[in-house]
Amino acid sequence: MAKGVLVDLTKCVGCGSCTVACKLWNDLKWDPQNPTVGDKVKLNDKNWTVVGRHEVKDKDGTPVWRFVKQQCFHCKEPACASACFAKAFQKTKEGPVIYYPHLCVGCRYCMVACPFNIPKYQWEKTFPLVTKCQMCSTRVAKGEAPACVSVCPAGVFKYGDREALLKEAKSIVAKDPKYVNHIFGEQEVGGTSWLYLSDIPFEQLGFKTNVTHRPLPSFTEKYMQATPYVAITWGAILTGLYHYTKRRNQIAKENNKNIKA
Amino acid sequence: MAANAQKWSFRITPIRIFLMLLSLLCVGVIVFRLVTGLGMVTNLSDEWPWGLWIGFDVLCGVALAGGGYGTALIVHVLHKEYFSPIARSAMLTSLLGYLLVMAGLFLDIGQWFNFWRPFVSWGHTSVLFEVFWCVSCYTTVQILEFTEILTERVGTKYHALAVKALPVLMIIGIIFPTLHQSSLGGLYLLMVDKLYPLWWSPIIFFFFLLSSFFVGPAMICVETTLAGKAYDHWIPIPVLRKLIRISGYAMIVYLVLKVFDLVNRGVFNLMFKGNLEGNMFLIELVLGIIVPIIICFSGFSNSRAGLFTFGLLVSGGVVLNRMNVVITGMIRSTGVSYVPSLWEFAVSAGLVAMGILAYCFIVENFKILDHDGHGHAA
Repeated sequence: MAKGVLVDLTKCVGCGSCTVACKLWNDLKWDPQNPTVGDKVKLNDKNWTVVGRHEVKDKDGTPVWRFVKQQCFHCKEPACASACFAKAFQKTKEGPVIYYPHLCVGCRYCMVACPFNIPKYQWEKTFPLVTKCQMCSTRVAKGEAPACVSVCPAGVFKYGDREALLKEAKSIVAKDPKYVNHIFGEQEVGGTSWLYLSDIPFEQLGFKTNVTHRPLPSFTEKYMQATPYVAITWGAILTGLYHYTKRRNQIAKENNKNIKA
Repeated sequence: MAANAQKWSFRITPIRIFLMLLSLLCVGVIVFRLVTGLGMVTNLSDEWPWGLWIGFDVLCGVALAGGGYGTALIVHVLHKEYFSPIARSAMLTSLLGYLLVMAGLFLDIGQWFNFWRPFVSWGHTSVLFEVFWCVSCYTTVQILEFTEILTERVGTKYHALAVKALPVLMIIGIIFPTLHQSSLGGLYLLMVDKLYPLWWSPIIFFFFLLSSFFVGPAMICVETTLAGKAYDHWIPIPVLRKLIRISGYAMIVYLVLKVFDLVNRGVFNLMFKGNLEGNMFLIELVLGIIVPIIICFSGFSNSRAGLFTFGLLVSGGVVLNRMNVVITGMIRSTGVSYVPSLWEFAVSAGLVAMGILAYCFIVENFKILDHDGHGHAA
């Protein structure tokens, strides 16, 4: 069964321990220019997850802080995987969308294709690779939670079966009126492995909410399936036309000769 | 060697020296880029993973080189021998165009030593997979097609074989570009929430295909005018005029479809919003499509100036369209703007310069322009 993580943004205190766990587990360098916690966080090749601080107003108009952990959402039907022409991105049955560096050509179509702009590039390297959160796929494969999830002291995350988590999220939203009636990741681009709950509308927290609910690979599926048939039909038509027009020209020439004679 | 009948020649003029310097600079930047990576040479970033090289060198290059397959279709498959005077030069331009596209692509990929990977690791759900296979196969086919011309001078004993293989190559050489010209647009099907709705369309692939087809004759007008000036070799006006009529009809279909598509998706009014996207779209549509259609079906196209203007407008329009898709249409969703670095421009200009030099060399040493068009291609 596909795994997922349920994130309750109302519980996050912005300590950033998840970002530290991520760096340690994935052996990522510290980036002094781009902190992983605060107002100016930015995902990049060294920061696979960050916790951004947002100053917003709650339902009563009181200014509040909310902390938003960002990372790859691990779409159920990932655009990056369907975009990669060398299978460098693959969705595993456990849920994580994994990157295989040895297959990567470095075309960066995955970066353009991702609706959430998650894959990042090692711009300063001679032979750069694409990087992104792998949902600690080796841990997940062993039945363990991703590193970030396992260290959270505030109980923000719940790791488990995605469908069960979704059910639970729905009942939480139904019971507690403080939450907005929207589970981010339930329907976005056909659903993601990471699901978010919040008491502040998601668009105010920097989420991309105006995305299609259709799985992105479905936009190109039919196109690619039709290709071989188009190629064969078009080839047959061209061959037919080639012989037909050649013969027609010959007949025309012969007729001309007859007239001259 | 068969070349002893005539010496290899290459005139040196001030323009050519300038082009050579540009090419030299380009080669320098290319070497530097391959050694240091993309970060130092380009202004690309996580927000702008695709920039000038993909937009201009690849997308525009492929579209402008579309003259080859269109001409092959008209002359060699439909046997409209009326147009054969332009066949060889159109196909040469196309071949050079594709070689430059391959160079541009090679430069842009990060793991360039890994470029062959998709041949063995089949990401067949990707539209880019189709682009990759078609572009590489088509370039190979075009090189083989060129052997028919090449063996007239070098390796003449293979000429008969090259002529015999030509019809098959021609047909394969039309299938591939038909597929990948549309696939280049198809790449953007995934960017449904990113590309501005004036350009994103469920049939963007068809717009790309159609525009690559009608830009062919336009490029031929530009090319034959320039070649005419340089070599005093003029293609008769009626031939070109009849050729751009084919473009004209295709452009009317394009215009009607475009309007229908925009209205159908309820975004027609976006072009009059007065924002950057709307204005760029209007420029593209009015100067690149509507004005050329008027020129095409008016008396103006009965003159060299008219044909040249038509060619420039249509080619410019297609270039603008591709750049709009890659850059203008994506600005809003990335939230950051992108201006290519000086080095990116230098490489693009240098590649074009190399193309022109190669064209001149081949035209001066092989039968391209003064070819009567009969007795070959079975």
